[in-house]
Amino acid sequence: MKITVNGTETEVTAETLSAALTELGYGDAKVATAVNEAFVPAMARDVALSPGDRLEIVAPRQGG
Amino acid sequence: MRLYGTDIASRLMLGTAQYPSPAVLAEAFHRSGAGIATVSVRREAGGERAGGAFWDLVRELGVTVLPNTAGCHSVREAVTTAQMARELFDTTWVKLEVIGHADTLQPDPFGLVEAARILTDEGFNVFPYTTEDVVLADRLLGAGCEVLMPWGAPIGTGLGLTNIYGLRTLRAQFPDVPMVVDAGLGLPSQAAMAMEMGYDAVLLNTAVAKAGDPAAMADGFARAVEAGRLAFEADPMEPRDMAAPSTPVIGKAFLE
Repeated sequence: MKITVNGTETEVTAETLSAALTELGYGDAKVATAVNEAFVPAMARDVALSPGDRLEIVAPRQGG
Repeated sequence: MRLYGTDIASRLMLGTAQYPSPAVLAEAFHRSGAGIATVSVRREAGGERAGGAFWDLVRELGVTVLPNTAGCHSVREAVTTAQMARELFDTTWVKLEVIGHADTLQPDPFGLVEAARILTDEGFNVFPYTTEDVVLADRLLGAGCEVLMPWGAPIGTGLGLTNIYGLRTLRAQFPDVPMVVDAGLGLPSQAAMAMEMGYDAVLLNTAVAKAGDPAAMADGFARAVEAGRLAFEADPMEPRDMAAPSTPVIGKAFLE
């Protein structure tokens, strides 16, 4: 299905957020996630994805 | 200095952005003695692993981390960003930014209060990036904030304290609330002035990161913050308009 990952339309075969992270190469990366602008805690990443979902994947960065 | 129940040794808080290199960032932090570092969350690509590397660097600094919601223009965006930051950095602290104006990066006062209330209810310890507005400050305290962070000037300008009257009034109105002058400082003298006015701390980033020698500038700010605080605690003299001789007048030799 097609979903949007960090603003880019992306084709994934995964059906859950957790599987999508693995498929997209995040593996053990230190990231946090949101689906359709709502935070999804790491503990809840077995949530199912739907076509058109907007996925945001963020990591620690420099800030002021 | 005690913020949300945590004792912080230094009254200088430093941002982690815009340094020429990670090594310069680390050196600047060591010279600054800063006890708190602001950080952010940003998009990461699969396989990138930049976040992990940065997190390792920050942990080596040995400072308390304060994640921000920089760049957020809506309540929902700020709340979601704060929630992601809490998980990533394992802290309930958040520097809450809800920006209302693109050119000045002035906080959106209405969104700021709403987001502060939501986050406080969710167990966050909110450090709101605000203005010197006393009414807004009162609303933020009512929303559950226990620390306020009024701007000195718009972010990244280096203009210093552009509304001294407003900042003095804010400090006087809420003498027992920890307050940090955040943003707009360009020089150590401006930080010293904020501290002399009784502000509890200052938070800056660009002034150090964009200096020709960031580590030396960090040192300069550290000394200025300490000097300003000492002056505040020492109860400064009252200024006066007319001169008053400091050397005793009595006993001067009569030589005419």
